[in-house]
Amino acid sequence: MNGIINLLVNGLATGMLIFLLASGLTLIFGLMSVLNFAHGGLFAWGAYGGVWLYAATGSFFVAILGAVVIGMLLGLVLERLVIRPVYGNHIQQILVTLGAMLVLSELLKVVFGPNPLKADVPPLLNGSWEVEGVILIKYRLFIICIGAIVFAGLLFVLKRTKIGLIVRAGVMNPEMVQALGIPIRRVFTLVFMAGAGLAALGGALLAPYSGVIFAEMGMQFAILAFIVVVIGGMGSIQGSAFAALLVGLSGAFMAYYVPELSLAANMLLMVIVLLIKPSGLFGAKG
Amino acid sequence: MSGRRTDQADDMILETEGLTIAFGGHVAVQEVSLKVERNRFKSIIGPNGAGKTTLFNLLSGQLRPTAGYVRFKGKDITPLAPFQRTRLGMGRSFQITNVFPNLTVLENVRLAVQSQQGVRLNWYASAKAYRRFEEEAKHWLDMVLLGNRIGVMANYLAHGEKRKLELAMLLALQPDLLLLDEPTAGISIEEVPAILEVIRKVKEAGNRTIVLIEHKMDMVLDLSDSIAVLFNGKLLADGRPEDIMNNETVQAAYLGGLYDDAVASAGD
Repeated sequence: MNGIINLLVNGLATGMLIFLLASGLTLIFGLMSVLNFAHGGLFAWGAYGGVWLYAATGSFFVAILGAVVIGMLLGLVLERLVIRPVYGNHIQQILVTLGAMLVLSELLKVVFGPNPLKADVPPLLNGSWEVEGVILIKYRLFIICIGAIVFAGLLFVLKRTKIGLIVRAGVMNPEMVQALGIPIRRVFTLVFMAGAGLAALGGALLAPYSGVIFAEMGMQFAILAFIVVVIGGMGSIQGSAFAALLVGLSGAFMAYYVPELSLAANMLLMVIVLLIKPSGLFGAKG
Repeated sequence: MSGRRTDQADDMILETEGLTIAFGGHVAVQEVSLKVERNRFKSIIGPNGAGKTTLFNLLSGQLRPTAGYVRFKGKDITPLAPFQRTRLGMGRSFQITNVFPNLTVLENVRLAVQSQQGVRLNWYASAKAYRRFEEEAKHWLDMVLLGNRIGVMANYLAHGEKRKLELAMLLALQPDLLLLDEPTAGISIEEVPAILEVIRKVKEAGNRTIVLIEHKMDMVLDLSDSIAVLFNGKLLADGRPEDIMNNETVQAAYLGGLYDDAVASAGD
């Protein structure tokens, strides 16, 4: 019982981190049809930014907030300078965002040095609770809570606000949104920044969870996030949330029960979904 | 917007001069000079392939002309992007129905209301403003006879209902000039009168200019204040419906076999 609950918590926590990355990716792809391979780089910058700010200020809250701001600013620069010139051209987008990914992670080495850094869990969230013989690690529960709050917040913004309606409509048909007199380019920038901020938040939260951070850490999570976006359906936040938890849980349980299959499991999941429903489980586009 | 009505140009909400667009060697619209009077109903008719939709795309900014210019409310708008023209008060519908399939009927119109109100990028909305948008959206939906369908996802609507929804979105933008691209295209015979009824209502409100594309002349005969005939990308004739009916060039070039029917229905 203890083991299963632990796996569950592990899986959910990992799933939430993947979700933070995938939610931005899926909105950026859904709205602007941009495949952003630099997303993992923003994730890593969030992790480094968080660790650095935590060391500098001693406040985990400031560290997390600062990491999000760093991510959003990087997102702004990236969208304006790198993505904007290549809207509508997928090949160029792949090349240019992959390039941006490399630049982002090399810059981390320039700024913070090439060696992995240690990341500490803040004292308040350190340790665990024991409930009826089951050990619950506080920090993992914290990640799950933050993930759930972000999910609820995103749904609220998308469903109940003016900008949310524009974004949902834009995912379906950006030209038509433009025809209604809405400057869609500015919405693009805003969504890109939000996605970058979420990626950085994911990175900042992951750092104490894994205990050590390195410049290329974004890659591995970015791949999982891409799988999640495909499974959940491009442009769908609910789809990404569902798929992220699925991938997180399957990763945790597979690694425990059939470790040989743990890497292949996510790919298999994606293949099966693509065979049955090519637009993804919650696909918003045709 | 000067309030003076002495100058004749003041009464022209839309003018084109020598409007031309060529795709490679093919000239789709050639030297079209068109004037549309404020608050009037003008139809542009012509057989399929005459360049009607291309002309519309030039008017609404989807395409840039090879030569000539478009003037809207006395201002040269040739270089403006579509959304800028929308903000100046131009609204257009598309021949292919363009609604957001996974939004509800109400949300579709609310988006247009929001855009019209100019509150585009606020992250928050006070509950009051939000409700006001919904009220206004409902008002337009009532106008197009969709008031009973507000909670339905747009992709579950029948085709004719989708066109009504599109009209409601267009009206919610409160444009001074409405460009309607074959609003009855692809609609079943039973639904056509309802659409025409909505268009008639808008016309009778009297505060909007309507330019409508149609290839069946009888459809627009009694709605139109004037009719322009497009043929092979050129403006063949432009005038009052009865003059167009009796114009021999038009009869020869365009009406062809339809001529007898049209005379029968308009002759008496």
